[in-house]
Amino acid sequence: MPELAAKPLKRAWTTAEPLVSVSDLKVWFPVSSGVMQRTTGHVHAVDGVDLEIKAGETVGLVGESGCGKSTLGRAVIRLLEPTGGTVSFKGEEITHIRGEHLRALRRDMAMIFQDPYASLDPRQTVGDIIGEPIDVHRLAKGKQRQERIRELLRVVGMNPRYADRYPHEFSGGQRQRIGIARALAVEPTFIICDEPISALDVSIQAQIINLLEALQAKFKLTYLFIAHDLSVVKHISNRVAVMYLGKIMEVAPGRQLYQRPRHPYTGSLLSAIPIPDPTIELQRERMILQGDVASPVNPPSGCRFRTRCPRAREHCAEEVPPLESYGAEHKAACFYPLD
Amino acid sequence: MTQPLLEVQDLHTVFATRDGTVKAVDGVSFELLAGETLGVVGESGCGKSVTALSIMRLQRPGRIVSGRVLLKGQDLTRMSEYEMREVRGREIAMIFQDPMTSLNPVYRVGWQVAEPTRLHHGWDKKRAMQSAINMLGKVGIPAPESRARDYPHQFSGGMRQRVMIAMGLTTTPEVLIADEPTTALDVTIQAQILELLRHVNREFGTATILITHNLGVVAGMCKRVVVMYAGRIVEAGPTKDVFAHPKHPYTWSLLRSIPRLDAEQHEPLKPIEGMPPNLVDLPSGCSFHPRCAFKVERCARDVPALLQVGESQRAACWVTQAGTELQGA
Repeated sequence: MPELAAKPLKRAWTTAEPLVSVSDLKVWFPVSSGVMQRTTGHVHAVDGVDLEIKAGETVGLVGESGCGKSTLGRAVIRLLEPTGGTVSFKGEEITHIRGEHLRALRRDMAMIFQDPYASLDPRQTVGDIIGEPIDVHRLAKGKQRQERIRELLRVVGMNPRYADRYPHEFSGGQRQRIGIARALAVEPTFIICDEPISALDVSIQAQIINLLEALQAKFKLTYLFIAHDLSVVKHISNRVAVMYLGKIMEVAPGRQLYQRPRHPYTGSLLSAIPIPDPTIELQRERMILQGDVASPVNPPSGCRFRTRCPRAREHCAEEVPPLESYGAEHKAACFYPLD
Repeated sequence: MTQPLLEVQDLHTVFATRDGTVKAVDGVSFELLAGETLGVVGESGCGKSVTALSIMRLQRPGRIVSGRVLLKGQDLTRMSEYEMREVRGREIAMIFQDPMTSLNPVYRVGWQVAEPTRLHHGWDKKRAMQSAINMLGKVGIPAPESRARDYPHQFSGGMRQRVMIAMGLTTTPEVLIADEPTTALDVTIQAQILELLRHVNREFGTATILITHNLGVVAGMCKRVVVMYAGRIVEAGPTKDVFAHPKHPYTWSLLRSIPRLDAEQHEPLKPIEGMPPNLVDLPSGCSFHPRCAFKVERCARDVPALLQVGESQRAACWVTQAGTELQGA
């Protein structure tokens, strides 16, 4: 593994290039068994993913539990070491950077987590939670630090006086606001939102979605928005990537994906999502998938979706379908795509 | 009109907590007709699950302080625990949100599915097991004979929920209460389980109370819906009408706040401001009034009753009861 010291960007990066570029990324986790705990296989959590994220856009990443979407997100911001492939940020490869260089990168990226009850330290005050990244990166001290914390609370729509309180005094929605304030503390350009609204009540979800959109406009943020709820992802994203068993099956702008899905998995995922309108629900054709997701330890040969795919033929077991273009921003990995 | 199968009348269930008494269910009334699927929607803490548990008399440590639950005219709240045990499982079955924790990990699945018929019908092992295997097949478990010998941990989440449904159905109950049956599941598995519940409803004619926070699930499954907020029913009526012309501001704003998959254009969502109230310290008058865009002076003072508004719906709202249409930007 190459050891890289801290150094400035190799070359100037312009916003015309992708902010984040992921190429053939793999993240495998060893599976051990027996008394000796020998490695007997690997969970292919992320298994050859290509993805580009442009500055200022929101890319949605959807898929069912265990499809590798969170692992992909964590590998992109280097919370996990990739097994293979590369991740570039602002034109520079960051796959294996370390030390000061990695620390500098951490000022540019942040993460918002799913569970606002588990991701905030219950023994820290809200001010200390938000202040921690400020301290780690030595961004402000003393009075300035306090002022910055108050400002961050205001930015996420909370009373600055709450800095002295503890997380348990707040509801789920407010805790998620605190989590967002903490993410903003380092003034990042890129934020990974990992299921940020899944744990919240329905009437609170829209508040947080609108807040994320407002913050994006205000601070020119780029989001990778990970969620299992395609309606939410389609709403907030410019483009949506659909993941299944460690691979991206389809990428397209949200509306295009909804109106004309090419991959059979996308099609069935869309038809599985209930629409809150009884008239539409009555008329909808349902494409109900049989069976469960296959094991990521021993994924099916060829196309990973073939074991549940209503259109699968022999060829699908023999070869892995590549992501092919269907128009400007639409790609799908299927030998027998939907019309 | 036919007599309803199940009638809940002015049910009050309270919990004593350190901070005071929580009125989890505060005067809830609705009826379930034979063979129908009734939706009960609301957010966490609205009392929808406690209502279901109270019907089953499983509300402990909560206490039913008043009200009646009539199953074919018989008041369940007055039954002895012994009589109630006959009702549970035999006449009303319940399936829960989390199939991971509601199956016993140390017993084989077939045995667990067979237990209700052994208990309630007094069937012998062989007959009960045969019917359990049969039922496992009917709920879509492949190779039911060999799967019946497996333990719960050998099943996936969706398959466990199927086992729960099979267990509930072995005694062919007349009422099935499904409390968030798909919340813990992935969407494609959710679609499978909802399809199974539709099938069960058609094939066995089981009347179902479907409790969920997901308005989309209600839209696709239920002809009638009850909307709950802070322990009370705020709106009830045919799903079609409630979704098309909500008569309570809570329903109205909730429907507008959720992103829709079939939205043509990106429009900012219109959230409901504030948050659900603390049940220990409910707002005066209508519990929704602090968050309501339509509130009038009276809303903070008096609690509105659930009354007929429009042709087919009932709503607990002073504003719509006075004839005002809910509309706005």
